[in-house]
Amino acid sequence: MSAELYSLLQSGLLMAGLAVVFGSILAIAFRYLKVEEDPRIDQLEEMLPGNNCGACGSPGCRAFAEGLTVGSFRPAQCTVSSSDNIDRIAHFLGVDAGSIVKQVARLHCAGGKGLVKELAQYRGMTTCRGAVIVNGGGRACVYGCLGLADCERACSFGAIRMNTAGLPVVDTDLCTACGDCVDVCPLHLFHLEPLAQKLVVQCSSPLTGSLATSICAVACDACGRCVSDAEPGVLEMVSGLPVIRKADETQVNATYRCPTGAIQWVAKDQFPV
Amino acid sequence: MTHATLPTFRHGVHPPERKASTAALSVERMPFVERYIVPLSQHIGKAAVPLVKPGETVVRGQMLAKPDGFISTAVHAPVSGKILNLDLQPHPSGQLMQAFTIQADSFSAQTVDTQVPPDVDSLSIQETIQWVQNSGLVGLGGAAFPTHVKFSVPQGKRIQAVILNGCECEPYLTCDHRVMLEQPGNVVRGLRLMMRKLGAQKGYIGIESNKADAIDLLKNILSDQPDVEVVALNVKYPQGAEKMLLDAIFQKEVPSGKLPLDLEMVVNNVGTAAALAQYFDDGVPLIERVVTVTGPAVPEPKNLMVPLGTPLFEVLKHCAVDLERIRQVILGGPMMGFAQKNLQAPIIKGTSGILVFEQPLAEPIGELPCIRCSRCLDACPMFLNPSRLAAMVRREWTDELQQYHLMDCFECASCSYVCPSNIPLVHLMRLGKLMIRQAKAKEQVK
Repeated sequence: MSAELYSLLQSGLLMAGLAVVFGSILAIAFRYLKVEEDPRIDQLEEMLPGNNCGACGSPGCRAFAEGLTVGSFRPAQCTVSSSDNIDRIAHFLGVDAGSIVKQVARLHCAGGKGLVKELAQYRGMTTCRGAVIVNGGGRACVYGCLGLADCERACSFGAIRMNTAGLPVVDTDLCTACGDCVDVCPLHLFHLEPLAQKLVVQCSSPLTGSLATSICAVACDACGRCVSDAEPGVLEMVSGLPVIRKADETQVNATYRCPTGAIQWVAKDQFPV
Repeated sequence: MTHATLPTFRHGVHPPERKASTAALSVERMPFVERYIVPLSQHIGKAAVPLVKPGETVVRGQMLAKPDGFISTAVHAPVSGKILNLDLQPHPSGQLMQAFTIQADSFSAQTVDTQVPPDVDSLSIQETIQWVQNSGLVGLGGAAFPTHVKFSVPQGKRIQAVILNGCECEPYLTCDHRVMLEQPGNVVRGLRLMMRKLGAQKGYIGIESNKADAIDLLKNILSDQPDVEVVALNVKYPQGAEKMLLDAIFQKEVPSGKLPLDLEMVVNNVGTAAALAQYFDDGVPLIERVVTVTGPAVPEPKNLMVPLGTPLFEVLKHCAVDLERIRQVILGGPMMGFAQKNLQAPIIKGTSGILVFEQPLAEPIGELPCIRCSRCLDACPMFLNPSRLAAMVRREWTDELQQYHLMDCFECASCSYVCPSNIPLVHLMRLGKLMIRQAKAKEQVK
């Protein structure tokens, strides 16, 4: 046998030997060190929407399915699933579906085109986060919506559409309160609020009086009428803005005397499409 | 001495200098105006804490707000008059920030109320830091980093050399050039003061070769002082960044995430050194600074000594600018400066120039695809890969952005300047930093 053939054979045998050794280790590990996974996790993952949106508080649908099997989540916490699907999951697991308050993303600004004073023209990249790092965008109000649709792009459910005034309209039927728009907005204008809470403060400017209204026609000028018109404890004035302290479905009169319309009674969607 | 023999840093770009219209103009004093807006935050670090209330009368040079902690500095009255308000006012950052509005007293002689510091050599280092902090002095190059912090050397570290930065590599700006020509004695005394207080053996003044008169003047003054060297540098942008300056003079690189302090050096702007020397002479705190007002839309370009807090429109009016015709106003240089939307905003400690244009400086021509020409890599003085980073920013890959050292980018805009496809690279770098901050904030919530 020539030397070349021998070395070829030798390395071949060595590799084969290693393959057998490691293969048997894997086989033993598979046999004796196996971790039994709940088979329901796979089935539950099939039943879940698969958006991996994170609205439930877990990193994705599989993690939520794992949580369901050990009881750390309730089926209703999946805000993307229809109520039929939640019942199906609850029935499958034999647990109570639980209930959660339906939340939606509400924009704390109503300053669309024509309502806010423009100081300069921003001509850079058409993203809100791009505009906010160039002198805070071209508008006089540095707290309000820039209208460049970062939220529309971030929404994986197609629930946000920009309207002609340049404001994002949240479709309350499609919104799952996953919070992606809340995270992406550089001005922190989106807040998750119960759908039943019809009182919505549509301004985020801490400015008061004529200073606020000279910049934006629909700004809150902190007059405080809404606070005094609502039942005590519902609204509170905090640094120039009313804050809703308890979700109440009856306080429509808080909006009646608002001079600018900064506090609104919102039946469904905030803005016209 | 030819250009080829002069030292410089690696990479960088050569934008047109455009300093001719103001380089030969002596610094003039800006007259006092009616109202001043004095923000509590004009520096890097925490905003100062107010000491006076609306309605009070203040004297020019009086401390209006005291430092809040160590990385913070004092704010003084630029003018004698009455405090009208302390509320949210326009700030050159584009945000609204807490600021005093001062109504100037038109009958006042505007003499300064000061407390002259004792002889600096009789002060301990701690006392020196205290005095400098109370003077409100910050780096006058543009970043406005509190100067007293640079006097504080951590235990176990020592400083070998103090370097003064007289590069002024940004196009258009000439304020540092004028300070070197008009106050060379203050520049040298300020440098000597820093060297003595920090125990440094050597001093260097780095100046780009387009300021030959300043180089000659300082070399003459320092001809009998062998421990201070004037280093003429080849003209290149961004040589005035402190890490680039150290690379140019010593061929030494500051490691990622470290400071010149880790190379046993401290870098200060020439204007800061001059202001420091002046302060220990007459005790006048930082209440005014030299600002270059120039650009195609300025009929009378000037180097102006402007009281801090003067609204931008007043300065522009003083230089005969037609406010109706202008299209773009930039504070600082054209490369790193900030476009302004509100001319009510005031001059603050870090404002080195006001550039005014009738046509926007960088007209958006439309972005084209990256052709992998690698010009941005050859331009980046930090040896980053801007085109790759830009692609990551578009995908919002915040982890990878950090691995590729986006945070080392100091936004000099050399990459945007050379990109043949008009990709807004530096804008994307800044956007990437915002995304990293957002991702970190989200982490903290969890």
